[in-house]
Amino acid sequence: MPKDGYRDYSLTGPNAKASLLGNAAWYASPAPRKRIKELTKRSDRLALINYGTWLGLVVATGALLAAVWGTAWAWPAALVYGVFYGSGADSRWHETGHGTPFKTRWLNDAFYRLASFMSLRNPHLWRWSHTRHHSETIIVGRDPEIAFPRPPSIRDWALNLLYIPAITKELGKMVRIALGNLTEAEKSFLPESEWPKTFAASRAHLMVLALVGLAAVTIQSWLPLFLIGLPTFYGSWLHHILATTQHAGLAEDVPDHRMNSRTFYLNPFFRFIYSNMNYHIEHHMYPMVPFYNLPALHEEIKADCPPAYGSLLACYREMVPAVMRQQADPNHYVQRPLPAGAGATPAYERPVIAAE
Amino acid sequence: MPNWVRACDANEVEVEDLVRFDHGDRTFAVYRSPDDGYFCTDGLCTHEQVHLADGLVMDYEIECPKHNATFDYRTGEARRAPACVNLATYPVKIENGSVWIEI
Ligand code: FES
Repeated sequence: MPKDGYRDYSLTGPNAKASLLGNAAWYASPAPRKRIKELTKRSDRLALINYGTWLGLVVATGALLAAVWGTAWAWPAALVYGVFYGSGADSRWHETGHGTPFKTRWLNDAFYRLASFMSLRNPHLWRWSHTRHHSETIIVGRDPEIAFPRPPSIRDWALNLLYIPAITKELGKMVRIALGNLTEAEKSFLPESEWPKTFAASRAHLMVLALVGLAAVTIQSWLPLFLIGLPTFYGSWLHHILATTQHAGLAEDVPDHRMNSRTFYLNPFFRFIYSNMNYHIEHHMYPMVPFYNLPALHEEIKADCPPAYGSLLACYREMVPAVMRQQADPNHYVQRPLPAGAGATPAYERPVIAAE
Repeated sequence: MPNWVRACDANEVEVEDLVRFDHGDRTFAVYRSPDDGYFCTDGLCTHEQVHLADGLVMDYEIECPKHNATFDYRTGEARRAPACVNLATYPVKIENGSVWIEI
């Protein structure tokens, strides 16, 4: 149910029927087809350098955590390991879900399976949820991934910065799906042909977690759980702090990713963890472009986009006041400025909140 | 009666690429494979009716630009979710430097 008579974000409410904008209407910044083709090309070599480094760091910092386990050094070691495991996996789950990093399909699929488990996401449910998110980005009643429905709860927002409530919910979801139960909202975007695979994936994830739990009980140590399973809880915070910038406080119901997504500049280490998703407008406009080519795509289309934010902090400087203001005024949102000469946002008919 | 329609010049399609061809109220995609074969499918993705012409041809697959579903353009087979329905394919012939499709 919508809060206090505001918009109904549920995928089974009245907005679910009324809001289909149609894919053809989405704005795309013009770019030469030849250049887009170049940027879309996949490279196993570039992907393996990134994914191999990441996996190597997960294994190395995990070994370090095991080595210092039982000493005071275990806490900082867990912090570092958790970020590579939890935050690193979350962005890689997303990339391989699009199937874009590797040219070789089985490598994409293998890393997708691994990263889905490491981020405790059901690979099938999330693939379809994310498909809808790309079809109808921040379209109320259609997008299952609107993280900040208006009016947003500051308490939930603050808690979710550390990702712990969301991931706890994800664990509950895993148990429910393993038992063969899907909600009506999930059924609205997950085709029935995918259900058996979806149930099987949750069961497999639970089985692995149960085996890790068994190992912990057998050797009378928390270490196995700190290495597999728990890092998703204690290590996903960095990804979530970065990902909060994607759409929070921006326009709803507009078929133009320049208006509902943020692109900002970020240091190379965080970009490595986050797989360049700070180029979020670019990713939504051209989802075929692999993460390693997003900076080049940004250069190609930036003259047609709102200016990129200078830093992560600059995004929060805008988001926090906007979200605070939405407490009292849920119609408020940040209107992104387009540079002179940029293409216009396509006309669209979805009524604004006040009119509904 | 087969109805052959001229779609484009053969050299208008680059190797490992595709072009869009509209005919009446229908839209098609004409492909040129890495080994210089020509193929034709419906022009819209079976998932959400997006034009495949903006997609990426890799070897013998076309990847949809919207949600990255892939199809084998020789057979129309849907290879990767979210596409669950195969693409229709059409016979192709090359005559006097033109690509003809039978619709
Ligand atoms: S429209 Fe082609 S994959 Fe969705």
